[in-house]
Amino acid sequence: MLLIHCPYCKEKLPELEFEYAGQAHIARPENPAEQTDAEWRDYLFIRSNVRGDHAEQWRHSHGCGRYFNALRNTVSDKFIATYEIGQACPTSHAEGEENNEQLES
Amino acid sequence: MNNWRVDGKGRINRDKRVRFTFDGVSYQGYEGDTVASALLANGVHLMGRSFKYHRPRGPVTAGSEEPNALIGTSRSGAGRFEPNTRATVQELYEGLTTVSQNKWPSLNFDVGAVNDKLHKLFAAGFYYKTFMWPKSFWDKVYEPVIRASAGLGVSPTEPDADTYASRYLHTELLIVGAGPAGLAAALTAARNGTDVVLVDENRELGGSLLSEAPSAIDGKNTESWLAAVIAELEACDNVRIMTRATAIGYYHENMVGVAEKLTDHMENPPANAPRERMWRIRAQEVILAQGALERPLVFDGNDRPGVMMAGAAQTYLNRYGVKVGNAAVVVTSHDSAWYAAFDLADAGVKIPAIVDVRTTVNDYLQSEAQKRGISAKVGHSVTSVSGTKRVSGVKVGRISGDQHVTDIISIPCDAVLMSGGWTPSLHLFSHTKGSLHWDEENEVYLPGERTERCHIAGGGRGLWSQQAAFDDGVHAAQQALISLGQNAPGLSVDVDGDRAGSGIVMEELPSNDDKLAGRAFVDFQNDVTAKDIRLAVREGMLSIEHVKRFTTNGMATDQGKMSNMNGLKIAANELGRPTPKVGLTTFRPPYTPTTFGTFAGYHKDELFEVTRKTNIDGWAEENGAVFEPVSLWRRAWYYPKAGEDMHAAVARECRETRASVGMFDASTLGKIEVVGPDAAEFMNRMYTNPWTKLASGRCRYGLLLGEDGFIRDDGVIGRISEDRFHVTTTTGGAARVLTMMEHFLQTEWPDLDVWLTSTTEQWSTIALNGPNARKVLEPFVKGTDLSAEAFPHMALRECTVGSFEARLFRVSFTGELGFEVNVPSEHGRALWEMLYQEGKKYDICVYGTETMHVLRAEKGFIIVGQDTDGTVTPADAGLTWAIGKKKPDFVGKRSLTRPDMLLPKRKQLVGLLTEDPSVVLEEGAQIVETGDTAIPAKMLGHVTSSYWSEVLGRSIAMALIEGGFERNGTSIDIPMPGQTHRATVSGTVFYDPDGDRIKM
Repeated sequence: MLLIHCPYCKEKLPELEFEYAGQAHIARPENPAEQTDAEWRDYLFIRSNVRGDHAEQWRHSHGCGRYFNALRNTVSDKFIATYEIGQACPTSHAEGEENNEQLES
Repeated sequence: MNNWRVDGKGRINRDKRVRFTFDGVSYQGYEGDTVASALLANGVHLMGRSFKYHRPRGPVTAGSEEPNALIGTSRSGAGRFEPNTRATVQELYEGLTTVSQNKWPSLNFDVGAVNDKLHKLFAAGFYYKTFMWPKSFWDKVYEPVIRASAGLGVSPTEPDADTYASRYLHTELLIVGAGPAGLAAALTAARNGTDVVLVDENRELGGSLLSEAPSAIDGKNTESWLAAVIAELEACDNVRIMTRATAIGYYHENMVGVAEKLTDHMENPPANAPRERMWRIRAQEVILAQGALERPLVFDGNDRPGVMMAGAAQTYLNRYGVKVGNAAVVVTSHDSAWYAAFDLADAGVKIPAIVDVRTTVNDYLQSEAQKRGISAKVGHSVTSVSGTKRVSGVKVGRISGDQHVTDIISIPCDAVLMSGGWTPSLHLFSHTKGSLHWDEENEVYLPGERTERCHIAGGGRGLWSQQAAFDDGVHAAQQALISLGQNAPGLSVDVDGDRAGSGIVMEELPSNDDKLAGRAFVDFQNDVTAKDIRLAVREGMLSIEHVKRFTTNGMATDQGKMSNMNGLKIAANELGRPTPKVGLTTFRPPYTPTTFGTFAGYHKDELFEVTRKTNIDGWAEENGAVFEPVSLWRRAWYYPKAGEDMHAAVARECRETRASVGMFDASTLGKIEVVGPDAAEFMNRMYTNPWTKLASGRCRYGLLLGEDGFIRDDGVIGRISEDRFHVTTTTGGAARVLTMMEHFLQTEWPDLDVWLTSTTEQWSTIALNGPNARKVLEPFVKGTDLSAEAFPHMALRECTVGSFEARLFRVSFTGELGFEVNVPSEHGRALWEMLYQEGKKYDICVYGTETMHVLRAEKGFIIVGQDTDGTVTPADAGLTWAIGKKKPDFVGKRSLTRPDMLLPKRKQLVGLLTEDPSVVLEEGAQIVETGDTAIPAKMLGHVTSSYWSEVLGRSIAMALIEGGFERNGTSIDIPMPGQTHRATVSGTVFYDPDGDRIKM
């Protein structure tokens, strides 16, 4: 079972307290009426399916109830970073290196 | 007590005799025996029949990896039969009843064994090839016959009578396996003061130390060294020891699942004691010291009872004091079996020969054999085994340069001990996605890159000898302690007379048979032979994953613990490719078969899933309600009076409600309080309807879409004040709607000043419907005029009802004059009883969800999730009136003009009136054009709701039909088994279309 760091509670807690809430950083268009059918289709349905680091939303549903962003590696299933809604996706993975290292044998 | 016990050997308690039965025959063993060791001590090797060929089988191991000796066990009382118990693991206790499996009529004479004679028919992939023709035979002949004879054991027929427990545990260091490596690691960490949990699947600690002939460790004999170490560990406050505890899975972030058996070894378990307990152990560091598993050799007849692993024979001798035969031929490609031979020889077992397929064997072993008078046949192979229910001899010959076998002689024996070397037990390491690398020199997979904080020690790293395992255990513990940031002092354990050794890895042993002809087994439990694997490769299976699925090699309940490496080696040989290029199948939890009960733990019966009950539920129960589940709630379905069936009760409830007044517990309706300066703006964005101009004290039907434009939920929403909305949702949708609201609020509109609170369980909601509803309610309402003028339809008031603060809505889900009273949930039943008492003056009727459904359908009110299915737009459902036309945006608005949402032939919600008014259609029935009898017919849609309408004296239905609105007044057909019904498409409002009744 994964341990997930809630950026609001500032605590690493069991996966059971959280739920996945889709890909992150997909902003709802400011004015949907002005969207072409293709643009709106992309907003609704088109998602990346990366093999590697994936930015996604999670919710601490059985804790503080708040949504946050996470960068998770879809291969190792390890969280590289979690950060508050509204914050930019970390480009430097400095915070994550410790969690995601392949430990030397 | 019999000929197969060896005096002075074993860790059994010879003072305590234990009686048990196997297939109805009573046997005697000792405390400390397993079923397998006790049967072997009685000379019984034949313990079961195999899965496919029904070949006689006996135990091939002495541990949890056992593929053959699977038995049924019955513990006291009903519901305690278990199939496929490994006889090598099940501890003996007085009165234990066991039976063999896969045989009929008896283990000794089994009709299914004819399969063995027909084995050419059942070759690899037979399932895909043999039963293809004729097609009609599949259902009637092939499948029933195969089903009847296939399967491992017999499923229990009664509910499991036992209870199971689960616990969490946190520790600094978890050590899996208490053999030499695990014990050395535990000692190292324990003496350092580290928090240690040591788990082992056996009843006692020691691992391979229990199986080896006594040697000297730190100057003591093994037994007293072990006793001293266990005593030291047990005395440490920082050490927790768990035996009979199998680490079954290694999960993320160093969580290890450990299944602990608590009572299976007891004659009289304490009352109410759980049978097993699942531990979820989160460790900062993990040491896997699970050792290695001995590989069988693959030769014709290697599955005959009496043929077993050399190491197993050594375990039966040294741990259980049992010799597995009187004359045992040893066949091996590894030094270890020589030591097994020596142990058995020293205990008085005749060893006619040690057959070693290697070209050279070291002088020490050869001289030790000579000393004991054992004929060492180096560079020899076993070509076949004689005997069916018990081995009676082997054929042995010299391996010539071209891999043929010459100078073949027969050697009589009653046991064959084989060893193909040792496979590191890396199952748990593989669960972590740790990589394995191929060690070319020793032809073995060893642990590579780690993904978790774990360390492998001893046999798992390919080390083979007690001294090497002890040293490696200390080393692993030091690594773990350093990783924990602790001091890491070492310690030394000195073994005198250590038995180091090595070996080679073989495919099938050389023989003169065609490689596609022999009965040399690779996977005992799934009856896969070397021939099957070669055939699979010849038929085009190139990867080991394909070979596995085609042959089922490694797919039995032992997960191929003994067969995987041999299968891989043979496939690689047939492919002519290096072993690591053929791939390796993936190990998955659980490590050994684990009961469902252990996984379920406490989560069964009433604890499996919560049953939500309203405050009024007790009244419903006392008054004879029949209940139905609605999401997690249990709701009163209908209230039958004496002699009434469901149909009669519902018809009466409908009739009485429309005639006078009915009362309904609507407390399960989802409720969300939306509060804040921006509450109206938030509601405007979420719901399709306009909210800005809705006055305080008024309510409105609200429709919620997903961003894709499809209906998600609906409900009546009241405006309590400028900044406060009382939102109701469907019973099943409450949590979903709140989550959706929170998602938008937190991630898209954090600028809105709004708070959302679930209030579903804060309110009891009582609905009163019918012409006399006002009369029943009025006497209890203080401070509010309930007249039609002062309190019109879709009004709400905060007031006092029967001394309780209340939110009173004038709403109707029945088309009758209706009120919904919300009071703090704890007062629900009290108010309910007051209203019921008052209502008796008007012959009040209490109704359940079924009547609610009928009454709302008569009015064409939809149930989201019943009349809609996630592909229905407001227009499809005839709800465009609920969309705020002037609103620039709301969730889902943009989607409503996507091209496909505007197609005229979309499925639309319409009413159906059957030609025969007495026919009540089945909900879910498919709809076709009239007269369309083609097979398959084009399906136009389906019936979503269908009831007998008492007030109309006929059936009514709603349906989603392609181009449904255009079809108004036309006919469609509903084909059902035996009869096709015809119906006319209508509007969805069947009763009181002008809505006069709600205005009363």
